[in-house]
Amino acid sequence: QLPSYQSLLYRRKTSTGGSKQRGSSRSRLSSSGSWKLGLSTISKPEEKQKSPLEQRPIRERANTRRLAEAQELKSWRQMRQSIHRYLRRLREDGQESLSSIKLWRGDIHLIEGMFGAGILSYFSFLRFLVMLNLIIFLFMFSFVMLPIVIASHALGNITYNQNDGNVCSVYPSSARHGLVIFHEHIADLLSGGGFLEQTYLFYGYYKAHKIHFPNITYNLPLAYLMVTIAYLFLSLVWIVKRSATGFKHNLVQDEDRFQSFCNKIFTGWDFCITNENAAKLKRSSLLYELRTDLEEERIKQKIADRTRKEKCRIYIIRLILNLFVISVLAGCFYSIYVATTFSQEAQMNNVKVNFIVDLIYEYLPSIVITMANFITPLLFSVIINFEDYSPAFEIRFTLIRCVFMRLTSIGVLLFSLWSQITKCEEEPCVCGYNHSLYSCWETRVGQEMYKLTIFDFIIIAAVTIFVEFPRKLIVKHCDCRLAHWWGQQEFAIPQNVLEIVYGQTICWIGTFYSPLLPAICTIKYFFIFYIKKVSLINNCRPATRPFRASSSNFFFLGVLLIGLALACVPVAVSVAQINCSQACGPFVNYTTSWEVLPTTVSQLPHGVQTLLYALSSEAFAVSFFVVTCLAMFYVIALAGAHKKVINQLREQLAMEGRDKRFLIQKLCQAQKISVVRSPGSNSQPRRSSSSYHTSFSNNFNESVFLAHSPPDSATHV
Amino acid sequence: ELTFLTKQEILAHKRFTELLSKEERELPNTRLPMEKILTLPELKSNPFRKRICHVFSTSEENDGSLTFEDFLDLLSAFSDSATLEIKSHYAFRIFFDDDGTLDCGDLEKLVNCLTGETDETRLTEAEMGQLINNILEESDIDKDGTVNLSEFQHVISRSPDFVSFKIVL
Repeated sequence: QLPSYQSLLYRRKTSTGGSKQRGSSRSRLSSSGSWKLGLSTISKPEEKQKSPLEQRPIRERANTRRLAEAQELKSWRQMRQSIHRYLRRLREDGQESLSSIKLWRGDIHLIEGMFGAGILSYFSFLRFLVMLNLIIFLFMFSFVMLPIVIASHALGNITYNQNDGNVCSVYPSSARHGLVIFHEHIADLLSGGGFLEQTYLFYGYYKAHKIHFPNITYNLPLAYLMVTIAYLFLSLVWIVKRSATGFKHNLVQDEDRFQSFCNKIFTGWDFCITNENAAKLKRSSLLYELRTDLEEERIKQKIADRTRKEKCRIYIIRLILNLFVISVLAGCFYSIYVATTFSQEAQMNNVKVNFIVDLIYEYLPSIVITMANFITPLLFSVIINFEDYSPAFEIRFTLIRCVFMRLTSIGVLLFSLWSQITKCEEEPCVCGYNHSLYSCWETRVGQEMYKLTIFDFIIIAAVTIFVEFPRKLIVKHCDCRLAHWWGQQEFAIPQNVLEIVYGQTICWIGTFYSPLLPAICTIKYFFIFYIKKVSLINNCRPATRPFRASSSNFFFLGVLLIGLALACVPVAVSVAQINCSQACGPFVNYTTSWEVLPTTVSQLPHGVQTLLYALSSEAFAVSFFVVTCLAMFYVIALAGAHKKVINQLREQLAMEGRDKRFLIQKLCQAQKISVVRSPGSNSQPRRSSSSYHTSFSNNFNESVFLAHSPPDSATHV
Repeated sequence: ELTFLTKQEILAHKRFTELLSKEERELPNTRLPMEKILTLPELKSNPFRKRICHVFSTSEENDGSLTFEDFLDLLSAFSDSATLEIKSHYAFRIFFDDDGTLDCGDLEKLVNCLTGETDETRLTEAEMGQLINNILEESDIDKDGTVNLSEFQHVISRSPDFVSFKIVL
């Protein structure tokens, strides 16, 4: 039986879209049936008889079957089929037009053709971040900024927070007075201070308490808090949805290096490649992957053969090196802490030395973080060579260390900022924070995040222009040993991904303090796309260590999720724990930012209040937790049961194969005996055995043929 | 369905007749020799191009030449909407199967085809042996030293990357 017939059966059985496909196929038959018929009569009939079953074209076999079924069509079925066909056409057209307006489609196609699927996934990840930041900005804009803009320019009445003359609510203006030198404007632009401080850019500007429109009253503090929670939640949902498919593949693949060689050999070649260069690239990457995997297997064997003494030695070395790594990390964090405190004190003292030196003081934390993030990966990649792990684990472990370093450095910066903010001369602080130095501390934190973002962008652009382009020129034109050792630039995907995840984490933390930051990040990632693309095409050669497309998406989104989790912590702590500043911002009338919610809830109607209190009570939380645990245990048990079933089926398949061979051997013996008994008879190979596999019939023929020869030679003796 | 193609049937005919010479276009059912088919850009960089032509060819001389119907069959099997079973069936035939199973020699030819032509891009003897052992260990379920069609289809169904087995004009 032909694969086409089997595929027909298969398609009939599938529940989803089964009727649709059938309908569409039948309708296609009715339209194109006559044409196919004509063609098939032209083709030579003798060819059909000669060639074996499986070599006949798919169409003619299905053709005869289709003709038989076409006569059963009724008119209402035809109408249903035409509706199905129309809907399916509509859906396909919709999907096509949606994919054609996707941003940068042409550029990404070009990159895929030239560099393969791993680098393609980096660029589509970048595109995803642009869209995410844009959506976050639209959220912030429409719920926080738009009401204020409408109210101040059109209709609406804004009630501002009262200034009750308390010492905590003094907010000295930081705008520059008098004649302002031009470079001070630049300094303001780069540091977010001066004329930028009292603008929509920072938290401190949103002093509105309630906005009264003709019909409704808009509670701005509540909106601000809810939008923060909403954008964090939206990011979580979108990332998880995007990583769902990659996660499934990873789970299946990571099970026990399951089928990795078969996958590489049987499905490794991408038949869509039309470019000769891309084909060469694919070949070399496949070769490299195979060699790496084989080597890793040999190393695993070597590890398994280690003696006790060697194991002890290696564990001691690993312990020492891990302690060294921890001490390096601690040193970096301490230097970030010192730099932040120094920078804050320098800014507070307001001693103007020099334009450049002032800027360096402002950017000192960013500089220290960037340098630490530059040196530590090099250090880690050197250290890992001594720890004697398998190559794949080496890569992953180095990456984990780098991720940890990058994301925790932001946390350390924020922690040192907060220790500064909550440190007063006389303990405890009068307003809950140091009001004399930080009359509006949220704006201060927003400025630090703003500076980190700007500096990150400047560094990426500067490294591309001042390091990668000269490197290419040197390697191309200079023939010295340095050029050969340095080599041409490779696009290191993990490091680049960590860079943009770092930027995105800053954006998530900083949006609460600086509502315009998502827009800045959107523009930043937009330009980074073009910078990276130009650098890639002009400077880079394809990576010798290929990144698998199916697992790289999962890696990117996993790191992004870690960044999101890390970003939620500072925001949660500052919303719930630290007293918000009394001099600026929407939460002046509340102790902490979180207080808006309980206050609003207590003003709701009684029924809703009881419901919300019930939802947040301990009884509900505990029972919800218990139910979730039960569901999780059920799913784990189900997965375990499925695994067992799979193993059983595999053993069954193996046994079926052995049964087949046993039967073939018996048949051969029977054949031999019957041929020996009647040597003159022309025993035809019997095709009567059920050949549901073409291979089975071929095997059968072969073995019967083998059984044939000995009798001939026996009689000739 | 007769084929899995949609608008591409017209496109395929146009591309096919482009490869024919003027006189050949007039005759019905001309047969294109393999060399001309291999000039198509979609097949030019494919390491399996000769095998593909041999598999889909219906000529008696077994020289890999294709008529237009064979060409349509080729495109149909490689199109997006062809089912996994069809694709895996044809993939099995393309991977040097002549006798119904893939044995060590076939696998070796397959790996050499994938990695390249020159000596330095081939695996060493030891590596090849290790690789073939691993492949057979992963896919040979009935432990007979060869991979037959059902074992091959079983492996393919577990693989996430088989969607790349397609040619789009």
